[in-house]
Amino acid sequence: MGQVGVLALQGAVSEHLARLPRHGYEGIPVKRPRDLERLDALIIPGGESTAISRLIRENGLTKALRDFGRERPVLGTCAGLILCAAEIADGGGDVEPLGLMDISVCRNGFGRQKDSFETEVEVSGTGRDIPAVFIRAPYIVRAGRDVTPLAFVDGRAVMAESGHILVCAFHPELTEDPRVFDRFFRKLEARELKPEPCPPSKKFPVKTAAARF
Amino acid sequence: MERKRTGTDTVKRGMAQMQKGGVIMDVVNAEQARIAEAAGAVAVMALERVPSDIRAAGGVARMADPTVVEEVMRAVTIPVMAKARIGHIGEARILEALGVDYIDESEVLTPADEQYHLLKKDFTVPFVCGCRDLGEGLRRIGEGAAMLRTKGEPGTGNIVEAVRHMRRVQEQIRSAAGRDPSELMACAKELGAPYELLCQVHELGRLPVVNFAAGGVATPADAALMMLLGADGVFVGSGIFKSSAPEKFARAIVEAVTHYEDYPRLAELSKGLGTAMPGLEIAALPREQRMQDRGW
Repeated sequence: MGQVGVLALQGAVSEHLARLPRHGYEGIPVKRPRDLERLDALIIPGGESTAISRLIRENGLTKALRDFGRERPVLGTCAGLILCAAEIADGGGDVEPLGLMDISVCRNGFGRQKDSFETEVEVSGTGRDIPAVFIRAPYIVRAGRDVTPLAFVDGRAVMAESGHILVCAFHPELTEDPRVFDRFFRKLEARELKPEPCPPSKKFPVKTAAARF
Repeated sequence: MERKRTGTDTVKRGMAQMQKGGVIMDVVNAEQARIAEAAGAVAVMALERVPSDIRAAGGVARMADPTVVEEVMRAVTIPVMAKARIGHIGEARILEALGVDYIDESEVLTPADEQYHLLKKDFTVPFVCGCRDLGEGLRRIGEGAAMLRTKGEPGTGNIVEAVRHMRRVQEQIRSAAGRDPSELMACAKELGAPYELLCQVHELGRLPVVNFAAGGVATPADAALMMLLGADGVFVGSGIFKSSAPEKFARAIVEAVTHYEDYPRLAELSKGLGTAMPGLEIAALPREQRMQDRGW
C-alpha cells in the first residue's frame, strides 16, 4: 500500500487522513523533515497559510518540502495552493511560499468568510458538476507556461496542474466526491509505472510567456 | 456555472475545520493583532478588554466598539472573530454587517437574554458557542452554532474548569457512541440534547463540528494539556497579553498546540518565558462572578 503524507502542522489534517484509505493509501501525518522520507506523495491541506508557513519555517521543513516537491507528487488545497505557489500577489505578509508551481496567487481572493461559498465546478479532463467548497479562498492570478489551469469560478482560475503538482483553491476533502483525489492519485500510479524523475519545477519559464487570468 | 451558495452549514463548519490545530488569541487593538498574527495565531478575537480586565472592571460587558473591530480587521489577513452578548440579536447583526469572520456568542460578556440564545441558523456569519457538557454543546449546534468551545472559567488563568468541561464532553461523547441505538432517546432526555444530533454523535463517534478549548489557558503546558484531552485547538484570552512577554508566550503556545505530544519539545519551548498571567482560585470566586454559569 502506498504511503501518502499530510502536512500536519495546522488545518484540515484529519479530513485528508481519513480520506486516504478509501483510495487505497495509508495516510501519514508529517510534522518533521524525517517524516517525509518514505512517502510516495504529499498533501498540503487547508488551514491558515500564515500559521502553516510560520510552522514550516520553525520546524526546518522549508528545504525538505521543496526537495520533496521536485521529485514526488504534491496536492495543495486552499492554504496548500498558496504554499505551493511561486509568489503571492497581495504581498503575502508572513507567508513564504515554497515555489513548487509557477503561479502567483491572491489570498482571500473571493473575500472574507461572509463571501465563502459552495458551488459546482467543471474540471478540465476530470468532469463536470464537481462539488467545491470555497472558504476565504485564494485564486490564481498568473500561471507560468508549464502550468495548466483546470477550473474557473467567475473567470478566476481555481485549480491548476504542472507535472506532478496539483493545486486547488477549494476543499475536495470536505465533500464526498472522489474525482479530484482520483486525479491526484493517478500521478502516483503513473510514477509507479514510469519511475524517471519529473522535470524540476524550480526552473520556471520566463514570465513574459505567462498567461494572466 | 452553478450558483454560489453562501452561509451553508458546510461553509460555516468548514471555516472552523480550517482553524484546527491552531490558537485563537484575544486582542484589543491593531498592534496586539499584528503580534498575534506574527506569532502564528489562526485567528484573533477582537474585543475591548480581555476577560481578566472585564472581570476586574465589573459592570455590564458589551460588544466591542465597531471602531476596534474594524481596526483589527484592517491590521491582519487572518480571520477576525468578535464577541456578542448571549441572545443579543442587535450586537450579532452589527458584527455581521461589519463583516467579521466568526461571532462568539460569549458568556464573557453580560448576557442580554437569560432565556434564549441566538437563533444562529438565521445568520450568514458562522457562530462559535461555549459549552460545559455534551447536552449544552448539542443545543447550541441545534440553534446553528458551527463551532464549539468548552467554556472553562475565562479570565482566571486557571485551567481546572477548562479541563472539567473538556473531560465531561469527551466522556459523554464516548458514552453516546457506545450506547445501543435503542437507548439514545433516553440518553438525549438525560443530557438535554436534541435527539437527531445525539444520533449523529453516536454514528460519528465525535461531535459534528470542531470543538476548541477555552477559559483558563495560561501556559504552553496548559495548551498542550487541552490538546491531549481531545481539543481541536485552543482559545487564549488573557493568557497572552497579561503575561510578562506576550510575543514569547504567543509563539510558545502556538508551537505547543502543534507539538502537544512531543514532550522534550514542550519542555524546550516552556523554558524562560517569564511570568504567566496571574491566576485566580476558582473556589475564591463568588458564585455570581462565575462566567461559565451564564447561558444554558
